[in-house]
Amino acid sequence: MFGEPVRRREDPRLLTGRGRYVDDLGAGALEVAFVRSPHAHARIRDIDVSAAIDVDGLVAIYTWEDLPASLAEPLPLLIPHPALTHGRTARPLARDVVRHVGEPVVMVVARDRYLAEDACALIRVDYEVLRPVIGPERAAGSRRLVHDDVPGNVGAHLVQEVPSAAGTGAREAIGAAPHTLAFRLDIERSASMPLEGRGVCARWDADDGSLRVYSSTQTSTSVRMAVAAKLGLPLPKVEVIAPDVGGGFGVKVMHPWPEEVLVPWAAVRLGREVKWTEDRREHFVSSAHERAQVQFVRVGFDGEGRVLGLEVTILHDHGAYTPYGIIVPIITSTQLLGPYKIGAYRVEFSSVYTNTVQVTPYRGAGRPQGVFCMERTMDRIARHLGIDRTAVREANLIQPGEFPYDQGMTFQDGRPLIYDSGDYPRSLRMLRELIGWDSFGELKARAAAEGRRLGIGVGCYVEGTGVGPYEGGHVQVTSDGRVHVSTGLTSQGQGHETVFAQIAATELGVPLERISVVTGDTRRFGYAVGTFASRAAVMSGNAIALACRKVREKALRIAAGVLEADPRDLEIVDGEVRVVGAPGASVPLATVAVLSNPLRYAFDEEAARATQFAGASPPDAPPVAEGEEPGLEGRDYYSPIRSTFASGMHAAIVETDPLTAEIRVLRYAVVHDCGRLINPMIVEGQIHGGVAQGVGGALYERMVYDEHGQLLNASFMDFLMPYATEIPPIETAHLETPSPLNPLGIKGAGEAGVIPVSAVIASAVEDAEGIPIDRMPLSPSELFDLRRAAP
Amino acid sequence: MGEPVGGGTDIAITLTVNGVVRRAEVPGRRLLSDCLRHDLGLTGTHVGCEHGVCGCCTVLLDGEPVRSCLMFAVTADGHAVTTVEGLAGPGGELSPVQRAFAECHGLQCGFCTPGFLCVVTALLRENPVPTEEEVLEGVSGNLCRCTGYQNILRSVRRAAEIMAEER
Repeated sequence: MFGEPVRRREDPRLLTGRGRYVDDLGAGALEVAFVRSPHAHARIRDIDVSAAIDVDGLVAIYTWEDLPASLAEPLPLLIPHPALTHGRTARPLARDVVRHVGEPVVMVVARDRYLAEDACALIRVDYEVLRPVIGPERAAGSRRLVHDDVPGNVGAHLVQEVPSAAGTGAREAIGAAPHTLAFRLDIERSASMPLEGRGVCARWDADDGSLRVYSSTQTSTSVRMAVAAKLGLPLPKVEVIAPDVGGGFGVKVMHPWPEEVLVPWAAVRLGREVKWTEDRREHFVSSAHERAQVQFVRVGFDGEGRVLGLEVTILHDHGAYTPYGIIVPIITSTQLLGPYKIGAYRVEFSSVYTNTVQVTPYRGAGRPQGVFCMERTMDRIARHLGIDRTAVREANLIQPGEFPYDQGMTFQDGRPLIYDSGDYPRSLRMLRELIGWDSFGELKARAAAEGRRLGIGVGCYVEGTGVGPYEGGHVQVTSDGRVHVSTGLTSQGQGHETVFAQIAATELGVPLERISVVTGDTRRFGYAVGTFASRAAVMSGNAIALACRKVREKALRIAAGVLEADPRDLEIVDGEVRVVGAPGASVPLATVAVLSNPLRYAFDEEAARATQFAGASPPDAPPVAEGEEPGLEGRDYYSPIRSTFASGMHAAIVETDPLTAEIRVLRYAVVHDCGRLINPMIVEGQIHGGVAQGVGGALYERMVYDEHGQLLNASFMDFLMPYATEIPPIETAHLETPSPLNPLGIKGAGEAGVIPVSAVIASAVEDAEGIPIDRMPLSPSELFDLRRAAP
Repeated sequence: MGEPVGGGTDIAITLTVNGVVRRAEVPGRRLLSDCLRHDLGLTGTHVGCEHGVCGCCTVLLDGEPVRSCLMFAVTADGHAVTTVEGLAGPGGELSPVQRAFAECHGLQCGFCTPGFLCVVTALLRENPVPTEEEVLEGVSGNLCRCTGYQNILRSVRRAAEIMAEER
């Protein structure tokens, strides 16, 4: 099972309309709409709801003044960091100042969404409009402030410095290098943009004093803790379930969103089921964005392109608040180094506030920016020295014999940045072969003879995956022989129900059809972190494998008694425990499950075998032996000392139109190493999707804010996400270097596809055009302008 | 002031949905997508943008693909609607298009999938042997954020094959 392209077990329900997403639940629930700020920066002078009071179907209107103390205060700062000296978060509803267009100000509950929006339209908020701060460069050091008590709008400032092996600092190394270059890079904002927005549905059971919340989240366990804390409910009285989730890509790992605490609060207060479903415009102006950075690079290198010193200064646009801390620029800073040995490295970032939507991780989470920086640098070096771009990379690669490789920095999990395994030179060779790097020159020349412009580009990355602290798995075999697997982290389309079942089938020797998997439901598993950082397969996959091993051990122990054999001589095949080499001697796991739970009452024929007069246990020992528990089940956790490091290298061939400057990606090749593959079909799907988001980020997607802080393209009509026509055929090859850090030898795959794409496309367009490409995304108009400005 | 806003008097409509005659009383402004999902309980049709761009809400109206978020429920009065719930056979067996998507991993989160399934069902009915270009063109009005479209295109070609095998 492990390693096979097993078809997905999620698909039958999703293909027939039987999936259950948040807005599919709660038929008849009251619905919520929000009055959101139309201004990027304003002081609220007055809120007049009187005109809305008589709207048909209105149930309640809440402003900040109506909130209890625990909800009136700012929402949590989820990931504090010493360098985040001025962390700021929003209140669930604005108190006095709004800091971006879309910030929630008034919550309206009504019989349905149409009526709730009717009421919203009649609520008058009187604002004193303040001048907004837009764009990180204007924000940095400005006297105009997003938060009055954050001087210069700088929320965080962090310097990390790794001297060379000889102890030389980066600046000194650059100064002494035979060649140096300095340049600036710009990366625009984009966003996760799942096709299902966020949504919350809350059911209060007044008789039971319990609350059930469905949220389209990437972390139901943490939402549960946040809701219980904010509402002052005992944790066991709150359950949070992530049902089918229509894509996440990072934005749904942020929590608790204002709506995630407000909707449950309203449900309790009103004693009714209440739900809120985000619409697309709300998603654009109130859910998180990512990517935007300005980078200043100085590099020193030798005649073969070996980097002797690298200094990067990053200005990171954090938007109006920092609820998710500074994880994104930390990842940019640390993952920038990729598969390379850099002589000496100094990276400094300032994270600044602007009057725009907050920035939290989007698939890749800061890595695409770091890789853009490093790979643009490699191409600059190659161009400066007049040598092949892959040769420069080759000269800098960490070699297979050098693992574990310590990059000398602190990673996003607070642990040392030590790469566990990989084979980067082989990966580069495979990529050159896959894309036809060496013969591209002829292709380019032939195309040129026909008046066509082709270019080839390359980009490499290393991705820290499977960050801790832990995940858990629970596995139970019931007396009908079915296997129930649960883990606390959530799913948003990655096929966890399939791959976790594959792991359990392999570990337990049970047919796949007998295994069911539940994720993201706190009723089944309460301890978890969440789905992000390409961590689900590594963390929950290993935890489930470990839990299965406990179950297996117990099953063999019980079966050994029945079969009068040594447990070491037993195996489990097709759901039967049998003596190796004696196929007649076997007992079904279902029976083992029955025997594992001594009973007084026989509720069916199977159960009768476990009752006290059936003679299943020796009369001179306790029915449940010392150290044992009833039931054939196991729970275990996987907590790694540090992250695993997946890697990959991508290449593309693009064509640019000599007249219109239109950019078309003709071919896209991926060599990918995520350790052992659980299900190659699913891994490839993850890569395809990542590459498509990368192409979007490279050529189409940007958040266009005007100087007033209005998001000018807050709809799918104006924010250009790729359709099928924009995505080239994607060719993939896999390299499997197992991780030595975990029992299954796996690394993560979720984000890989997206990480180097902007760098690859920039490299290819630069090759086609002969013009330096320093910013992403790149539209035909911008390329046209670059051509005109080129000397 | 104080007048009920927007809702107006409910209008009785009759639709044939997945072969079954369904009646509903809806305000004139109610979108067909909301009527299907919330009045008729057919939540398989999804809403991704409510401005006709993403295609998640695509259903078949008298056999032709339409965006149910761009149409009022009252406009569909008297018409036949097929939703994702109506694509499988009478015994619940998956249609060739549904089977092809499962076989080729043509879906991940599944949110855009009902729209694709409806579009592809109509496409292959009109054109059982589409060229590569026609397949691309056929699905180019629907957004997917998960799959990168590679396996959706494969699924369409595979569905055409399955239908040819079964003819």
